[in-house]
Amino acid sequence: MINRRVFLRNSALAMVGAGTAPMWLTRALGASTGADSSRKKILVAIFQRGAADGLNVVVPHAEKAYYALRPTISIPRPSMGGNSGDAAIDLDGFFGLHPSLAPLKPLFDRQHLAIVDAVGSPDPTRSHFDAQDYMESGTPGLKSTDSGWMNRALVKPVGKVSPVRAVALGATLPRTLTGKQAAVSMQSINAFQVKDEQAAMEFQQMYQACKDPVMQATAKETFEAMAMLQAIQKQPYTPAAGADYPRAPLGDSLKQIAQLIKSDVGMEMAFADIQGWDHHANEVAQKASEGQLANLLHTFGQALSAFWADMGDRMQDIAVVTMSEFGRTARENGNRGTDHGHANCMFVMGGDVKGGKVYGKWPGLEREQLYEGRDLALTTDFRDVLGELVSRQTGNPSLQGVFPGYNPKFLGVIG
Amino acid sequence: MCRKAFLGLSMVLALAAYPGIAIYADKTAAEDASFSKQISRDDRILQALNRLTFGARPGDVVQVKAMGLKKWIEQQLHPGSIAENPILTEKLKPFDTLTMPSDEMVRNYPAPQIVKQMAAGTIPFPTDPDRRLLIQKLAKKDEGKIANGAPPPPNAPDPQALAALLTQPEIRTLRTGTPQERLAAIQAMPRDKQDEVIGALGQGMRQGLFAVAPPDLRRRIELTAGPAQVVARDLQESKIFRAVYSNRQLDEVLVDFWYNHFNVFMDKGADRYLTTEYERDAIRPHVLGKFRDLLEATAKSPAMLFYLDNWQSVGPNTPQALRGGPNAQRRGLNENYGRELMELHTLGVDGGYTQKDVTEVARCFTGWSIDQPQRGGSFRFAPRLHDNGEKTVLGVKIPAGGGESDGEKVLDIVARHPSTAHFISQKLAQRFVADNPPAALVDRMAHTFLTTDGDIRAVMQTMLDSKEFWSEGAFRSKMKSPLEVVVSAVRASNGNVDFATALVNQVAQLGEPLYRKVEPTGYSNSSQAWMNTGGLMARMNFALQLSSNKVPGVVIDKPAEGTNTALGSPEFQKR
Repeated sequence: MINRRVFLRNSALAMVGAGTAPMWLTRALGASTGADSSRKKILVAIFQRGAADGLNVVVPHAEKAYYALRPTISIPRPSMGGNSGDAAIDLDGFFGLHPSLAPLKPLFDRQHLAIVDAVGSPDPTRSHFDAQDYMESGTPGLKSTDSGWMNRALVKPVGKVSPVRAVALGATLPRTLTGKQAAVSMQSINAFQVKDEQAAMEFQQMYQACKDPVMQATAKETFEAMAMLQAIQKQPYTPAAGADYPRAPLGDSLKQIAQLIKSDVGMEMAFADIQGWDHHANEVAQKASEGQLANLLHTFGQALSAFWADMGDRMQDIAVVTMSEFGRTARENGNRGTDHGHANCMFVMGGDVKGGKVYGKWPGLEREQLYEGRDLALTTDFRDVLGELVSRQTGNPSLQGVFPGYNPKFLGVIG
Repeated sequence: MCRKAFLGLSMVLALAAYPGIAIYADKTAAEDASFSKQISRDDRILQALNRLTFGARPGDVVQVKAMGLKKWIEQQLHPGSIAENPILTEKLKPFDTLTMPSDEMVRNYPAPQIVKQMAAGTIPFPTDPDRRLLIQKLAKKDEGKIANGAPPPPNAPDPQALAALLTQPEIRTLRTGTPQERLAAIQAMPRDKQDEVIGALGQGMRQGLFAVAPPDLRRRIELTAGPAQVVARDLQESKIFRAVYSNRQLDEVLVDFWYNHFNVFMDKGADRYLTTEYERDAIRPHVLGKFRDLLEATAKSPAMLFYLDNWQSVGPNTPQALRGGPNAQRRGLNENYGRELMELHTLGVDGGYTQKDVTEVARCFTGWSIDQPQRGGSFRFAPRLHDNGEKTVLGVKIPAGGGESDGEKVLDIVARHPSTAHFISQKLAQRFVADNPPAALVDRMAHTFLTTDGDIRAVMQTMLDSKEFWSEGAFRSKMKSPLEVVVSAVRASNGNVDFATALVNQVAQLGEPLYRKVEPTGYSNSSQAWMNTGGLMARMNFALQLSSNKVPGVVIDKPAEGTNTALGSPEFQKR
């Protein structure tokens, strides 16, 4: 591991020419081989916006009530599928994966993928906006929190830190990464530059003199990140053999994240999202493997599995976690869809993950077991999962600071 | 000439460059005080231009001063009294979808499946003979593609077809000629040959031709590439044209505000053909009218009924739900619209409704449906889908048997609810005054809302008469949205927009794809949403491109050497 880093450092320096290496690069690269040579762990969070239908993602196929509640949109039992690829893929005799998530089955089998079910935010809201806000701030029910849990999880820097230690892919910075620590949003690595050097300098001066402190700070982060990324821009990126990223925004985002990780630019946290999960109508087509949910899950599963293949043994340093603001009604609605519900499922993927298991207590789907008589009940707080990741992955000593007012109870997802 | 133009631009910028103070933090006493400190007379003109228009053009300040600020505002509040800019009228002329009813649009700019249905005779071809011919050709081409197995990638050139149509020298001209030479070569051909040749060109060459073509040919270039896309492009381009050129600036700002409030995602199925009509007929006529009318126009619009799924919501135990016996596909209630109506359109998420209210409202709206949505259909009340039982919404009993009027009663209840008055006032104040508008101002606006039966113009008037609107706390405190920064840059630099597709793409790049916000929340009203590294970077690059006249379709009065960065400056990001 160390050897590879030294090699990369040298090649990065060679790339820009040893004599003319800008200060930031030598500094940034120096930091990773300095006294503290412990491996930097990386946390990647993926948000499924719109409330994914967890019950059709991780299918409780041994639960009779599931099929009774969803006469037209349930995912058939594994035994029903044969080779048609149209049934749930059994995980443990009780749960199964949606057939579009077939690429994730090998990860589960190799124990790199863990699933937490009946998990989510304890706040009862069924508003997309509020629920996303709570999940990103990490403080359910509290609207005034002015930062996101991922930002608070960034350890307060001692000395120099990489300007791209926290990166979100997309046109805006998500709520979860806003806060005191510097965090960068970018549409793509290559687009992150001011194309005219003279103008870039002028801009830098203008923004340095800017009286709006928020704007001034944002611009400072922008120029520092730009300098950092210059060295890896225009380098064609070839994913490792077998890594086939889907041609969709999430595929692009994870590919960029992979490139940043492999470039050793000091990234500790990354965020990407995938939208379009709000399936009030025609969630499932005539076959379980077709329709809106199936298509989206296909992209989702393929992107995660491509990232995993691309990272290879670097996966040892990486944890990926997925979440969605709430689940959907246990009962299908009148239009082959589902309405806003409560508990959902989360995926945790990584080399240190104790995978191959579905975590969480199953609450059941009988009428009296449902939340407010309609939704999957919640047995695990999403902060239990995130808290464990923050604690084990980022080395942040103060979970109280990350999830104020809450004591995460670890499930033991990380080994 | 250059110098004069530059002076114009620099004046706009210099006047804008007032020390801006960020107001992103929580409210403080100092901030409250800043909302009572009044700005100078000159700054008042700038404040009005910054907030009630898409940005000042060179000369606007002088003009408003000459007219008198009060009178100018009065005019903007009555857009009907302002003569529209003839340049805008001219620019909008080619976009014929803007004035078409949805069903006509579906036939004139058919999606592939409609083309197929026309070829099969289940839907009539358009009556216009040229259009008919073109679509018949498209249908043939589709058949050919199917017959030849895998269709070629869209937008790829078709060398075989070109060789069959043209001589070698003609092909050479198209390949290697200047844009003008290519254009001349195309224009020398008979009209239907032109269409075939354009259809066989690759996308890159088509775009090159597009930039130099006259409007009629442009239209046909777009059509051969796929008629369905024309509808979306017309809508997006016209939004830019209106924002840049309209004399009724406040009207356009409010159309943007209210469309965003009642957001519809253009790419959801049938909404591809319903969104134009939605903005034109449901939003635009009511932006300064009564909130209740605006609300009903959106509630009954096919675009909203489709977007939030209400069109197929069915009351349990209705004839439709029970049709076909126990084994038939069950249809039933869909809560989507009921919830967003209260959360996003009227009461606000903390406005005091429960899950039970959501279900009851959804029951009231069962039967509010669409006649043939895929063919640009219209509102239809379908009694067979309607739940005719008694309902209780926010404590108000709605007796059984009300039919279509159940939904109207719900609209009455929520449109006149104090929570709605407050929620709408808060949102307007956040757009026009400050990210965290003073509560006292919002209360006064809400009071006006309640006492005028939701008269939006009156609420705006209260806001514009307030000391808070003209205060230091408000002045230059807002970060421009992507649409605002792109359009204001074009206006500040006296840009002439020939075609707006590149500007549409810029706005999307900056994070605000027009008519393409998936979620019903619409885009954020707050400065913070647009303040991030990637966004700033994109803004700087846009400024450089525009200043050096590298944005296709736009020509600006070039600023003097070395001032390419002005439009990307911190000051210019604020309004």
